[in-house]
Amino acid sequence: MSNHQSFDLHELHDPEIPIPEGLEGSIAATSLSRIYNWSRARSTWPLLFGLACCAIEMIATASSRYDMSRFGMEVMRASPRQADLLIVSGTVTKKMVVPIVRIYNQMPEPKYVLAMGACASGGGPFKEGYNVVSGIDKYIPVDVYVPGCPPTPQALIYGFMALHKKMEGQQLFQRNSTPWYSRGPVDEIPIPILGPDIIDPRQASLLRQEVERQAQGVAMTEAQAEAGD
Amino acid sequence: MSDIQEFQSKDIVADPTQEALNVLSERFGSQVSPDDRKNYTGLVVDRDALTDVARIVRDELGYDYLSSATAVDYLGYEDGDYLEMVYHCYRTTGGAPLVLKSRTPRDVATLPSVVSIWPGADFQEREAYDLYGIYFNGHPNMKRILLWEGFEGHPMRKDWREAYYEEEHKPFGSRWPAGHVTRAEEFNPFGRNVKYPEGFTMDQAYDVSEVDHYEGLNLGVQIEGGIQTDRLVVNLGPHHPSTHGVFRMVVTLNGETVETLEPVMGYLHRNHEKIGERNTWGMNMPFTDRLDYISSMSNNLGYALAVEELMAKSDVKGFSQPTERAELIRVLMVELTRYVSHTWSIGFLLNDMGAFFTPALYGIWERELILDFFEATAGSRMMCNYMRFGGVAYDIPARLRAQAILENDVIRDFDTMDFLRELIFERMPRFVDEYHKLLTSNEIVISRAQGVGILPPELAIAYSTSGPVLRGSGIPYDVRRAQPYSIYPELEFDIPVGRNGDVYDRYLVRLEEMRQSVRILQQVYPRLKETAGMPVFGLDAYAPRISEGGEAYGRVENPKGELGYYIIGRQGKEYDQNPWRYHVRAPSFINLTALEEMCKGHKVADIVVILGSIDIVLGEVDR
Ligand code: SF4
Repeated sequence: MSNHQSFDLHELHDPEIPIPEGLEGSIAATSLSRIYNWSRARSTWPLLFGLACCAIEMIATASSRYDMSRFGMEVMRASPRQADLLIVSGTVTKKMVVPIVRIYNQMPEPKYVLAMGACASGGGPFKEGYNVVSGIDKYIPVDVYVPGCPPTPQALIYGFMALHKKMEGQQLFQRNSTPWYSRGPVDEIPIPILGPDIIDPRQASLLRQEVERQAQGVAMTEAQAEAGD
Repeated sequence: MSDIQEFQSKDIVADPTQEALNVLSERFGSQVSPDDRKNYTGLVVDRDALTDVARIVRDELGYDYLSSATAVDYLGYEDGDYLEMVYHCYRTTGGAPLVLKSRTPRDVATLPSVVSIWPGADFQEREAYDLYGIYFNGHPNMKRILLWEGFEGHPMRKDWREAYYEEEHKPFGSRWPAGHVTRAEEFNPFGRNVKYPEGFTMDQAYDVSEVDHYEGLNLGVQIEGGIQTDRLVVNLGPHHPSTHGVFRMVVTLNGETVETLEPVMGYLHRNHEKIGERNTWGMNMPFTDRLDYISSMSNNLGYALAVEELMAKSDVKGFSQPTERAELIRVLMVELTRYVSHTWSIGFLLNDMGAFFTPALYGIWERELILDFFEATAGSRMMCNYMRFGGVAYDIPARLRAQAILENDVIRDFDTMDFLRELIFERMPRFVDEYHKLLTSNEIVISRAQGVGILPPELAIAYSTSGPVLRGSGIPYDVRRAQPYSIYPELEFDIPVGRNGDVYDRYLVRLEEMRQSVRILQQVYPRLKETAGMPVFGLDAYAPRISEGGEAYGRVENPKGELGYYIIGRQGKEYDQNPWRYHVRAPSFINLTALEEMCKGHKVADIVVILGSIDIVLGEVDR
């Protein structure tokens, strides 16, 4: 295949379906899932949303040297309603996680989350801080984690490629594995509450248990913590 | 422009503290006394007399510029258990600071507010209230600023412990020398970074964090000259593409005209100072990178200067001042950073004016080349962690593999000095001219920037603004001249100032500063060649122990303005590795104090342009 062709038909072709000899590269026969995912993965619009230092590298990735448009991703949308991908590019603080969960809820499905950098993945250098969330996955589901502080643009691009791979693996008709292909709407994530400290409404029962335990003076075990999570 | 050097020689008083004491003790007697703790300077003022003293300090002694105001918790000191507020006051004509201190007991902590004298104290006092729980009487808007209303406790107090608390000071016993790696989540009953007051359940959980922003906004229909207009609240941010990060403004509009504007911040409050006080001296260096994350090199320098000052005061064994080459490399890095930051800032200012991304992408191109040099030298593009106390971490490498200049997809290998020569003598000046040609007389830039966001010089000083914002208003104040550090006295450069104090002048000041940076770099370059081979770091003081204690205030002229570090070391064996107090005077944060003033009366679309002209970085605003 010459370099000048804009895309390679082999990408589109479903390898299970045989093509008559001599026609490879000229025609493609494929499944609905495959062509659907293929086009989805090549037009993933990220949300134009920077959080912290990592956002600067995200902008660098979008700039001409690294050029995100090679992946069909240059259309960064400022509205969550038009975005497919939420790049969490920086430290998530307790104050900020509230708007982030809202933004996530507002994104239409199918939607993906990429945790960029140490902070978004697990708290990063500021993890012990009193206002820092130990990774965005405590609140919203994450599809790809990109390590680094900040990840270089190359690393972020590698993350995009991993995401594309994931997208291409999702089958339209496998309702159980992919939440948005099942029937009915997907539940929204409850918005955290800023009380004396941040409160995840999903931990309400754990809070009550903890109060009871305090009253009895019994320490909490790890297994219980996990069960309540 | 060159008047500034003359100021220095005639206006600097040898000991500003003594001079001020003579004046003040006459009137206030024992209410003002010198701070005679070892390695401390300044005057301790009784809190009842604070506002009167401050007024005289400003009006009669001429300290019109309040650089930094911050609190310190002296819990467990011999004479201690009080909170102390520290004010660093400067003259805008240059020279050393007069440091005022005022104390309050910890349990009912109150102090008089100095906002009526130095309006620039506004946010800083709110920060002290938020983090230390000092209530400032007379402050017009006393509420939390970084954390949310309803947060439990005042976290910077020494007896307040975070959810993931392990020990008072690093290195933590679990990591060194024992070397166990554990995850803090495992020890928290919620598996998260949270802690609640005893007996807390969901029944008590209500969110009051938003209420305050809308109180007293005076909404509703107004009848003016027979036309009904609504006052409207517009929330810009924290997720907004033009707020340069997670910054938020609550704006009330009358029609399209801005009536009030309240900045809401803290969405990136990463507890820099609390973590900094647990860290050892050296561990803070990489954290400073993440303050103004576009200019990590110059953040490093400010912190290095502060710690070096303290080390010199306290005679740390093995510590030596940086060599000439180390200083040259520092200036090289810092001026490259200034250039990068200004290209970025101008690019994004244009973004805010509606020239979506094209000008910014122009700026990013030159930046990439400089980042390649940073990466080759320090090991990282953005988070350089490069300076050390007494020098820099490594010398400049002999060769450099730059990817930014790809020819036929081949990574090219350069002699570093050749690479720098091309950069400093050809590319960088050429690019400034190009920016100038494309933007300065551009019709859209002129109509969006001229006469917009005017900040008169008196107000620029009063609000403690710094950097291009202050100079754009016509005040020739630059720390590199006003209180020189490193080798700046040996270098020739001008301080550009604006005339009208509007967005356009700030843009012009930045553009001219880029030229001046290039000029400095061109002076540094030949000297770098001459000093090749000279050591850049005396290894002895790599992880210092500062046993005598004391205070130091290191400040540098960062691209965004004056960046200051106020650090305190505590005397004693168990404290000598860690700062007792570590405060960052962040220029972006304090420059925002003037934002409302600049925006009032303008149209809502001008807000983003004015904000863009202040050039904030949220890592530094919220810390
Ligand atoms: S991972 Fe590092 S670079 Fe990214 S936001 Fe966190 S501190 Fe900043």
